[in-house]
Amino acid sequence: MAKKEYSFYPGCSSERKASASNYMVSVDAMCEKLDIKLNEIPDWNCCGASIGYAEGGELPRHVMNARNIALSEQNNPNQDIVATCAACWLGAKETADRLDASEQLLADTREVLKEAGLDVHLKNETPIRHMVEVLIEDIGYEGIKEPMVKSLEGIKFAGYVGCQTNRPFGVDGESFENPMYLDKMVETVGGEAIRDYEKKVTCCGGALAFSEPEKSQEQIKDIIEAAYDQGADMIVTPCPVCQMNVEVYQDQINKTYGTKFHIPVTYYSQLLTVAYGGSAKEAGLNGNIIRAKQLEEIAAK
Amino acid sequence: MNDVNTTMVDKYRNDFLKEVEENVEEGHWVKMCMQCGVCSGSCPFGPHWDHPPQEIFMMIRAGKRDEVLTTESMWMCTSCYNCIVRCPRELPITHIMHGLANYAHRLGIAPKMNPTRRFSAIFWNNITKTGRVNELALSLKLYFMDGFGNGVKKALAMKKVGIGMIKTKRLNPLALVNHKGVKNPKELHTLIKKAREIEDRRKGLAS
Amino acid sequence: MSENKTAVYVCKGCGIGDRLDTDQLANIAESEGKCSLVRQHDFLCNADGVNTIRNDIDSEAVTHVVIAACSRRAKTDAFGFDDVAVGRANLREGVIWVRPDSEEARETTQEMADDYVRMACAEIQYMKQPEANQNAGTHKTILVVGGGISGITAAVESSKAGYAALLVEKSGQLGGWAAKLHKRVPNSEPFADPQDTGVHDLIKLVEDDNNITVFLNSTVTRTSGAPGQFSVDISAESGDTVTENVGSIIQASGFSNYDANQLPELGYGKSPDVVDQAQLEELARQAGDGPMTRPSDGKEIESVVFVQCAGQRSEKPGHLPYCSGHCCNTSIKQAMYFKDTNPDVDTMVMFDDLRTPGNGEDFYRSAQRKGVIFTKGKAQQVDAANGQLQVNFRDMILDEDAVANADLVVLATGQVPNSGVDIEATAAADAEDESAESESAAEDTQEVSVSVDSILNLTYRQGVDLPHLRHGFSDSHFICFPYETRRSGIYTCGPVRRPMDIAQTQEDATGAALKAIQAVENAVLGRAAHPRSGDLSFPSFRREGCTQCKRCTVECPFGAIDEDEQRYPVFNESRCRRCGTCMGACPVRVISFENYSVDTVGQQIKNVDMPDEFDEKPRLLVLACENDAYPALDMAAQQGLEYSAFVRIVPVRCLGSVNTIWITDALNSGYDGVMLMGCKKGDDYQCHFVRGSELAHERMSKIDDTLQQLQLEPERVVTHEVEITDIHRVPTLINEYAAKIDEIGMNPFKGF
Repeated sequence: MAKKEYSFYPGCSSERKASASNYMVSVDAMCEKLDIKLNEIPDWNCCGASIGYAEGGELPRHVMNARNIALSEQNNPNQDIVATCAACWLGAKETADRLDASEQLLADTREVLKEAGLDVHLKNETPIRHMVEVLIEDIGYEGIKEPMVKSLEGIKFAGYVGCQTNRPFGVDGESFENPMYLDKMVETVGGEAIRDYEKKVTCCGGALAFSEPEKSQEQIKDIIEAAYDQGADMIVTPCPVCQMNVEVYQDQINKTYGTKFHIPVTYYSQLLTVAYGGSAKEAGLNGNIIRAKQLEEIAAK
Repeated sequence: MNDVNTTMVDKYRNDFLKEVEENVEEGHWVKMCMQCGVCSGSCPFGPHWDHPPQEIFMMIRAGKRDEVLTTESMWMCTSCYNCIVRCPRELPITHIMHGLANYAHRLGIAPKMNPTRRFSAIFWNNITKTGRVNELALSLKLYFMDGFGNGVKKALAMKKVGIGMIKTKRLNPLALVNHKGVKNPKELHTLIKKAREIEDRRKGLAS
Repeated sequence: MSENKTAVYVCKGCGIGDRLDTDQLANIAESEGKCSLVRQHDFLCNADGVNTIRNDIDSEAVTHVVIAACSRRAKTDAFGFDDVAVGRANLREGVIWVRPDSEEARETTQEMADDYVRMACAEIQYMKQPEANQNAGTHKTILVVGGGISGITAAVESSKAGYAALLVEKSGQLGGWAAKLHKRVPNSEPFADPQDTGVHDLIKLVEDDNNITVFLNSTVTRTSGAPGQFSVDISAESGDTVTENVGSIIQASGFSNYDANQLPELGYGKSPDVVDQAQLEELARQAGDGPMTRPSDGKEIESVVFVQCAGQRSEKPGHLPYCSGHCCNTSIKQAMYFKDTNPDVDTMVMFDDLRTPGNGEDFYRSAQRKGVIFTKGKAQQVDAANGQLQVNFRDMILDEDAVANADLVVLATGQVPNSGVDIEATAAADAEDESAESESAAEDTQEVSVSVDSILNLTYRQGVDLPHLRHGFSDSHFICFPYETRRSGIYTCGPVRRPMDIAQTQEDATGAALKAIQAVENAVLGRAAHPRSGDLSFPSFRREGCTQCKRCTVECPFGAIDEDEQRYPVFNESRCRRCGTCMGACPVRVISFENYSVDTVGQQIKNVDMPDEFDEKPRLLVLACENDAYPALDMAAQQGLEYSAFVRIVPVRCLGSVNTIWITDALNSGYDGVMLMGCKKGDDYQCHFVRGSELAHERMSKIDDTLQQLQLEPERVVTHEVEITDIHRVPTLINEYAAKIDEIGMNPFKGF
């Protein structure tokens, strides 16, 4: 397989000592096995996330994303932009769409970027993709299976796709109500997927986990409860916000609702890394607050 | 204080729909709602909205300006985009809700104490300061937004989460002093300032 | 006519030969069925098999053929011999496909097949290959009654297909409502703006067409005859009358506007600024492309509220209970009249459920883009005060009372069909008069009556106009035969049939024209129109046995039977649909068809081998309507669904043709139960002959007395409504019934 190169937009949460740093560790390991080279966009900035809307407004938010697109098109020309974070992907893609749809917005954005000399670099013609799209479209399920040396047999996964990886753009050929790719990925590396996981695309509250913790935790409770009810050993997700919200509030939810939740929440990239023979450390499993013991055991074999 | 708000009231008189069309992100879509209510039924926080999106659209058409702009409702949006993908008329409802919230906030009449409004502002200021999120600063600012005493309480409640994050190397306890962002934050500030100026000019919000 | 010779062919293909003892079947045909020529064939529907039959007909002078093979619904092309009477014994779908292929089932399965061969042999003895009705007419001209958009379209379409048309219009000009519109709802891409009605081009087409004769200021004052031979009087206002012969008739009498004076709460009649949609069209025409002004004081209209469902979709007395279909699109169009002239005019459409059929959704969106405001609300009261109208309404989304001010209020009122005299209400009233009851009849049959003048003035025994179904609209089979009325050769189209807009009306009129053409072509050949299209049989009756009871003349769903001076029935063969309802109705059994009669079915019933009481083999008779129930049974068989081996199924043309003698004979001769399977009845009937299933249910409800006289349990006779899609239900019905009969026990009349 020829080496595939992408212009990589890691996003804030995947930085060292940030909330999804273990996601990044596993993505690195996974990509190495799949012969994918990620060229980080130099000097990228935050996408603004969805929650930035109230203070940010429209144009400033699009400028943030357009700056990243321009930097990518300047430094990594002809490479698709790939993000691992749902919000980064969505933010960048949304901006690209809006600029494409409105001449005025594009002109205004260029006018602003001129201050940094970036206006000339903004072509806004680069596809903006999520890492899972790279996996299932460019690599394919067969390709995903190829480097596999260990099976995840015996582990039952609730594939929690969540919101922003799935909506409003989603992945080609998948339904918004019941996307299957995460389940297929799990099955590709030998795990058991709960294909009809009831809360597959239910919102965890997103950023409102901070501002409206009670309401969000009610959502998260349902998400975890359904996973338990349907017999999951662990949850797997493609989204850093989902991962964090569903993992870190389990103690508080237990306190509020008298539940006894203690379920690991992992990333698809961690699963693949383990299946590819990576160590627990390479898979970033030491980054999970609730340890995914079954994965660690397989990694240790 | 509400100079911009007064200007807008004078400018549009009774035509709130027109005001929304011209000043709110994706506001020109509001008139296309067909009142089916799928958005309201699809919202994860639906029960917490005083006026779910369907009602908001109706209220805009009915000219209920104050009620719409001062409600906490839009601030309940979790940006899950469920309403967008389900709307049979393909209205970008999430964006319209964000747009309305932003507009109300910009006019200074959004509910002052709404936690999401406040968090959003904190978040934006956090990311634009260096160009990238400083998660530690963000959390601390959030906990202490209601004053020191409350902040300590909230921080203590979240202590276990924080320690978990630090232990698993997912939170940098030293980020207040060594957080890194883009190379030239000043340049970024210039960009954002300029963008804000253009946007205000376009929407007649320049004071 | 030469002597009958019956040949029986037993097919061994499709597994019949493996599952059944075909020698025994052949033997039964020969000995019990008294058929002289019996052959077995490995594959009867192939060329060799068909040729064998053909040769026998040609060289052995065979006049009657029994094919013991698959269902009568299968291989109709191969086994369609036009010159002989053909009967079928259903061994495949009726026997082997519905029975398990097991040793213990073998005996009862064979008994089933034996009986079906006996039944077919018995039936064929009483069948004759029908010959076409000799009384067929020769006229192919099509009469169109009503010169609105539907009538014009029907006439033009008939003419385009090469048929002369007569177009009769009551008023002095063609075009109807459409000619009074400013513009119409668009019927072409992008469905965004009102467009020219096009009605003047259509009128021109009529005027330039030598094949269409127009009668203005005229009405139809008499209609008699039948398809292919109608005679109609067309009378002008002046009193001049001409008589014309036509082959079929299209009634396109349209609608009248609901009288908005019945809506004083909505301000109508109180302020001239409250108008209905027709008046708004008038205002728009007057204004041309300029701004519209208020009727009260000529002030330019700056705000307008459209109140949808005004006096309709409401159960209030005097209101129309139904939706008129076009009014939402019409209000959208009328709101655009304002917006297209001046975008600053406030236009609000107040709706409960906005219904925009056709491409109305695009039109609706276009109006939203133009700034028309759509409010989900219910108008409660319209007041006039200080030179403005105030619409008080309930906001259905915000759930609160609200007020909208307007210069003009437009009420979207509904369509009331011009369907002439309600003959059933008239008949009911007559009946009540006869029984000296003075109370007003048929109170709930028609809420709003506009015209009581007859449209067609039919000389038929059953009444002067077409029967209505609900709310005064003409009855037509809404699923299968929408343009078909209950009078053969007479078709309806447009709003007389159901509420509709111009686009639907034109489609409707085209369909009706094609049906009218089909009708004349069938009529001149002496054949039935749908649903038994091409059927040559027709009823005949034995006058000497008739008791003049009038049952047949009253119950015929199609008004085909008149009466002579002595009150004997007069069968108008060309009006007949061949359902056999008259045959089912006749208490003295004097009505029959050449190939379908009390005997053809009765003999099948009688010739089943009846095991005695101690064999514990009950026999259940199923009379299944051939339109839906029998196909459903066939499809159940195709899917391998099994049912009891104790049933013997006889297809009937319609449950309406079931004569109660069959039921009593069956019970007398030892059957343990009788089950009837027919189509859905009621207002949303699916009965192909409209009333057949309904009548059968009525007759069966009265059979209880007979059963009691025989000291039999009423549960032994059941009637079911079955749809063609009830593939899984029909075997279940049979099996549950078999279990029920098992519970009740055997018929004590066995062996008597």
